[in-house]
Amino acid sequence: MSARTLPLLFLNLGGEMLYILDQRLRAQSIPGEKARKVMNDIITTMFNKKFMEELFKPQELYSKKALRTVYDRLAHASIMRLNQASMDKLYDLMTMAFKYQVLLCPRPKDILLVTFNHLDAIKDFICDAPGILNQVDETFRQLIEMYGCLSAGEFQLIRQTLLIFFQDMHIRVSIFLKDKVQNSNGRFVLPISGPVPWGTEVPGVIRMFNCNGDEVKRTEFTTGGNYVTPQREGSFELYGDRVLKLGTNMYSVSRPAETHTSESSKTLASSAKENIAPNPLAKEELNFLARLLGGLEIKKPGGSETGFRLNLFMTDEEEEQAALTRPEELSYKVVNIEATEEPARRAELERILGDLEVAEPCAESCGKGEDLLALMDGL
Amino acid sequence: MYRREKSIALRGSSSALYNNLSVLRPPHRPLAFLGSVHGPAVTVLSAAGDAAGCAQRQLQARAGGGASLVTQAAWCVLPARILLVLTCQKGIQMYESDGSIMVYWHALDIPEHPPAQAVFARGISAAGERFICVGLSSGMVLVFDIPHKGTNITVSEVLKEHHNAITDIAAELGQAGAGDLVTADDAGTLCVWSSGEEFSLLNRIPAFGWTCSSVRLWNGIIAAGYGNGQIRLYEAATGSLRAEVSAHARWIYALDLAPATGKLLSGAEDSFVHVWKLSRNPDTDDVEIEHCHAECVTDTQICGARFCDPEGNSFAVTGYDLSEIFCYSQV
Repeated sequence: MSARTLPLLFLNLGGEMLYILDQRLRAQSIPGEKARKVMNDIITTMFNKKFMEELFKPQELYSKKALRTVYDRLAHASIMRLNQASMDKLYDLMTMAFKYQVLLCPRPKDILLVTFNHLDAIKDFICDAPGILNQVDETFRQLIEMYGCLSAGEFQLIRQTLLIFFQDMHIRVSIFLKDKVQNSNGRFVLPISGPVPWGTEVPGVIRMFNCNGDEVKRTEFTTGGNYVTPQREGSFELYGDRVLKLGTNMYSVSRPAETHTSESSKTLASSAKENIAPNPLAKEELNFLARLLGGLEIKKPGGSETGFRLNLFMTDEEEEQAALTRPEELSYKVVNIEATEEPARRAELERILGDLEVAEPCAESCGKGEDLLALMDGL
Repeated sequence: MYRREKSIALRGSSSALYNNLSVLRPPHRPLAFLGSVHGPAVTVLSAAGDAAGCAQRQLQARAGGGASLVTQAAWCVLPARILLVLTCQKGIQMYESDGSIMVYWHALDIPEHPPAQAVFARGISAAGERFICVGLSSGMVLVFDIPHKGTNITVSEVLKEHHNAITDIAAELGQAGAGDLVTADDAGTLCVWSSGEEFSLLNRIPAFGWTCSSVRLWNGIIAAGYGNGQIRLYEAATGSLRAEVSAHARWIYALDLAPATGKLLSGAEDSFVHVWKLSRNPDTDDVEIEHCHAECVTDTQICGARFCDPEGNSFAVTGYDLSEIFCYSQV
C-alpha cells in the first residue's frame, strides 16, 4: 500500500543479514582479514549509489520470493558462498527478526529508529574503511530527508504494509525461544508492561468536561497491564542515542541462531496459498528485479583471494539434512511462469544474472544461458 | 463481566488494518455474517448455526489486471437493501449482503507511475437512508446514491473537507439537525455532516497531533479512537470535547457502539479490548463514560472488534496474524 516501504524493508533485512553473517564468520573461525573483506564487499554493494537510487523510488512491495533474489545476489557479492539450505536459513532468520522488530515498535515512527540502529551497527562494521562510510552516511541523510517529516499516520501505513508482507510467517527461531520473546507456536510475545510509547499516556484516567470545556469529573480504572511513563525519546539525527534496543545486534559467537522448520505451524495453510495461486504479479516482479539488480555492481573477486563456503548450520551434515527436510510450504521457489512472456525483459535479466558466478555447480543443469526461471529456481 | 466463548476459525489470518472486523446485524434479527480482511481477499462467514459449521466465502479484490490489497470491508444497512462494500487500492466494490454477486465497481484514478502518496479507498458507512459514503486516500469522500434495487448506483456528491487520507466514517440514522455523519482522517481531523440531497458540513473538530483510526456516532455523541491510545468523546452538534480517556497503551484500531445501551467497545495494538458505558446525565446534559470490563487477548495486536448484538451482551475480536475470531459474551 505505502509506496515508501521498500527502503526500510531492504535496509533492515540487510542489517540483520550482516549481523548473522558476522556471527557465523566468527563461529566458523574465518581469518579476520577474509571476514572483514566479505563484510566490506557486501556493505559496499548494498550502499551502491545507483542501487540506492532505484530503491528509494516510490514503488509497491513485491513478494518475499522476489526480494530473496536480491539478497542471494548480495550474499554472493564477495568471496563467500552459501548453499541453498544456508541461504534459506539466513533469509528465515532475517525476516523473522525484522518481523519481530516491526511488531514490537512502540510507535510506528520507531521503525525509523530501528533502521538507524542497523545503520549505526553497519558503520561499526566498516569503521576502518572511510570510503564506504561516506556511502552509508549518504543513505542516512536520504532516509532523514524522506522519512523525517512523515506523519504518524503515514508511518502506520508503512508499518501495516510491512506487516502484510510478514503475515503468516511463524518460523521458530531458537534465540527468540530461549529469550522467551517467541512462543513454541511461533508467535511473538507481546508484553503488557513497561514504558508506554513516547507521546502516549499510561492508561487508567477518564476526564469528563462540561459544555464550557471545564473538567468536571475525573475517574480512574485498572487494566491488568503494568505500564510506566517513558524516560526519553530516541534521536532521529545522524548521530545520537536511539534509546530503543530493537534493531541492535542480538547475536554473539556464543548465541548462535537456529531455526526450526521441521515442525511447521498449522497456520501455514495461508502461506501455502501464496505459492500455489497463479502469479499475475510475476511480470512486474521481473521488471523490479531487473531494475534493482541492474544497479548492483558486483565486484569480481580478485585473483589472489580464495573463496570459502559459509555454513549457517553447526555441521555440513546438518546443512544437508535441513535441505532435505525443508517443508514444501516454506520453499522460496518461484512459481513457473509461461515461457513466452516478456522475452525482452527475460533476456535482459538473463544477461544480468548471467554475471553471477557460481563457484560450485548447482544441482542438475543450470549454468549460464539456461532458462531464466530455472536460474532463479536454482538460487 | 464477559467470558470467552468458542472461537470461529478463519480461512485466512487477519491483516493489520483499522476496523478489520465487520458484522452484519440486520435490524431486529440475530447476527448474520462476519467479515475480515486478509491481504487481497475478504473472508465472509455466515454466523448461522454453531461455530464449527460456519460457511465461509472468500471475496478477492481483483480488477483490471492483478490483485490489489483490500483496506476495509463493511456491511451497509439501508432501509431498502443491505450491501457489502469492499475498499481496496484499485477502487470500491459493492456486493449483495452475502457476498454472492458484485453489484457495482468504482475504479479509482491510478496514475501510471506510483506516486509517493499511496492511493486507496478506506472508510465505509451507510448514511441518510439511501446513501453509502466511502473515503479516499486523498481525503475526499464519495457519496453514492443507492437505488432500492438493481445496479444503477451513481456518485451523487464528493465531499472535500479533509486533506489527509480518510480512516473511518460513521453515521447514525434519524438524527436530523444534530449531524448524522462523521468522517475521520489520518491527521486526526473530524468532520460532522448533515446528510441529504446535498450534504452540508456542520462542524470541523481539529486534530491534536494523532491519527483518528476509528469513529462511532451515538445519540449525538462522537466516540473517536486515536493513535496515542486515547478515546475522546465529542458533542456532534457543537464539536466540543466532552471526555478524554487514556484508554490504551498503544494505537487504537477499532471502536464499536451498541446502540440499545450505549456500550462502547475499543480494541488496540496493546492486546486489550475494553468495554465502556456511555450515558448522558439528564440534569446537566453532561456526557459520562465509565469503564466496565478489560479483556487481554494474549500476544495479539487487536485489529477489529464488534458487538454481536444491539445491547452489547456479546462481542467478537480479530487480531493481526490470527486465523480465528475470538468471541465473548456476558455472564
